[in-house]
Amino acid sequence: MDKMRRKVIGTTGAGLLASAMPAGVSFAQSGSIKIGMSMPQTGGLGAGGQASLLAIKMWVEDVNARGGLLKRKVELIAYDDQSNGALTPGLYTKLLDVDKVDLLFAPYATNPTAPIMPLVKERGLLLMGNFSFQVNANIKHDMWFNNAPWNDAKGWSEGFLSAGKAAGGQTVAIFAADAEFQQNLANGAREIIKSEGWKVVYDQNYPPNNTDFSSIIRAVRATKPDVVFVACYPNEGVAIMRSVNEIGLGSQVKIFGGGMVGLQFTPVMKSLGSLLNGVVNYNSYVPGMKFPGIEKFLARYHERAVVAKVDPFGYYLGPFSYSIGEMVEQAVNATKSLDHKKLAAYLRNNEMQTIVGPIRYDKLGERANPRIVQAQFRNILDDNEDQFKSEGKQVVIWPASEKQGDVITPFDKARKAT
Amino acid sequence: MFSLDLLFEATLFGILLGCFYAAVSLGLSVAFGLLDVPYVAHPALLVLGSYCTYMLSGLGIDPILCGVLLMPVFFILGMLIYRFYYETFEKRGSDAAVRGLAFFFGLAFIVEVCLILVFGVDQRTVRASYIGSSLELGDYRFPYRMLVAFVIAIGLTWALTIYFSKTFNGRAIKAVGQDEGALRLMGANPVNIKQLAFGIATAVNALAGAMLIIVGPVDPAMDRIYIGRTFCVVVFAGLGSMSGTLVAGLFLGISESIVLMTLGASWAPAVSFGLLLLMLGIRPQGLFGR
Repeated sequence: MDKMRRKVIGTTGAGLLASAMPAGVSFAQSGSIKIGMSMPQTGGLGAGGQASLLAIKMWVEDVNARGGLLKRKVELIAYDDQSNGALTPGLYTKLLDVDKVDLLFAPYATNPTAPIMPLVKERGLLLMGNFSFQVNANIKHDMWFNNAPWNDAKGWSEGFLSAGKAAGGQTVAIFAADAEFQQNLANGAREIIKSEGWKVVYDQNYPPNNTDFSSIIRAVRATKPDVVFVACYPNEGVAIMRSVNEIGLGSQVKIFGGGMVGLQFTPVMKSLGSLLNGVVNYNSYVPGMKFPGIEKFLARYHERAVVAKVDPFGYYLGPFSYSIGEMVEQAVNATKSLDHKKLAAYLRNNEMQTIVGPIRYDKLGERANPRIVQAQFRNILDDNEDQFKSEGKQVVIWPASEKQGDVITPFDKARKAT
Repeated sequence: MFSLDLLFEATLFGILLGCFYAAVSLGLSVAFGLLDVPYVAHPALLVLGSYCTYMLSGLGIDPILCGVLLMPVFFILGMLIYRFYYETFEKRGSDAAVRGLAFFFGLAFIVEVCLILVFGVDQRTVRASYIGSSLELGDYRFPYRMLVAFVIAIGLTWALTIYFSKTFNGRAIKAVGQDEGALRLMGANPVNIKQLAFGIATAVNALAGAMLIIVGPVDPAMDRIYIGRTFCVVVFAGLGSMSGTLVAGLFLGISESIVLMTLGASWAPAVSFGLLLLMLGIRPQGLFGR
């Protein structure tokens, strides 16, 4: 059933691409260039995965409208990995050995990507990463390039914790999902906390897809922390925020949030509404940040996303997913080759121009010019989707280069701030 | 940090959580516990109930009322599902349980895929005055959504217990899983009785589904989270016991809540299955099974 479903989704995707081809475009060379990937289209990461896939499909359409790569049509083969990392090695083996794809894109997120890293390293293949986090830290594959705007774990939580410290925080509570991404993230925070000499009053992991957080929030509240750092995936974010509102964290808490995946997705933000107020959380892009071409892309994405019933604004993933294609296009055009080693060498040694700004890579294929931001939700209303298009609803407090305002503390005050 | 206050609070919250577990397991207790039908599609229909509630609540109807309104529709749906299962699987032979397992797994996948196609993969929530706020009693805070689950679980358990013990059809449903031949001698058609029971089990899912989306956000794949826990509650209770289902739910809820508060959240999932294994070792028929 699962295989059938993946096949149906994959075939449907290919069919959609074929039907989306603009009339009049012809390709000088016969035989298409196949790009293969799995993508979480169902399961906990499905919402982000579908938004990411839509953006990648838009790039495929755009590049084909420009005449393809090396004058050959680009074809995308995407299977649903159901957000399940156990399935991705098999899917990528199929892509390589059965579908005979020419290039590989990684699935969205860390947990489905980590299991395929040994495979691509063993076979010496280029893999374009898609918002993974530290999956190459131990493998050290020299043909991995991540599109995400972050680098190491410390850089991710640095902005959040420095804001907490500036507000007078001395004790910290951490809770994180028991999964690859969240643990990497929490470990980065733990390193900073240790080096800064903070006192950790609560540090617990919880099983992924936990549905009720009342007991955890109750336990956190009992420890009276100044700062609460959370690393979670989308399915848990809404439940956590509800429990925070119901149980309360205590008036001493300065800031709350940090590494909550899901609070960047429009449907999640809309469903949480005013419960988001005061939360300081990481993001990749919020309205008000300027890059050449991004607004035009987002307008096109919005039209498609509404029809496809995926994240209608797609700020978090859409432009970055599109940038994967842009980078591959630049590398292929410059090297005039599909040779993975040549493409990797080009990506490593050159600055890529994308709709999310220029991208340079370090030796591990992570961003040499990271630009992750920490933003505070303010004046969020209930049941209002359009508000998230406006500037000022998510105020960037870190880094200084992107700063839009100062963090409001303590958390209780920030929740009421307008 | 451990204190008696915290333990007391964890126990109280465990009672609410346990009632929630019991309420989402009651339908399975009827279908699997009483009828011996491997109803693994139960959590998928629970999630379907949540999505139907989501749709109806968009019209401004209270989510609990949505669940009540959906019960007759789900009752008919359940009867149709059983009739199809009976005609295509159960009637045909001795390996019905194995083939039935495949049938209900297939049904669960179909429901999940249909929900994805219609609603997408995003989480869905509903709004109501009792969602997102809590009852404050001194230093203790109890989410109203969990109190709602508590009341629904008690109400459903009471109603099903009365129905199964005081009415002819109810007693027939309890009898059909034990001796179909004897039931036939009493003038009742076992297939019709099972169909009725399946309708009731699925109707209960409508209200429990409404409760599921009240308690937290749902997504189409959420059935996978609940399949293990609901079966655990039903087997722990002793197959077919409604009050046992409530007690088993409470037992699991309180245990999970205390373990979560003392040992940490990572241990919580192990509680259900650890207790189940313990129970199967000590008392294989479950808490209230005969």
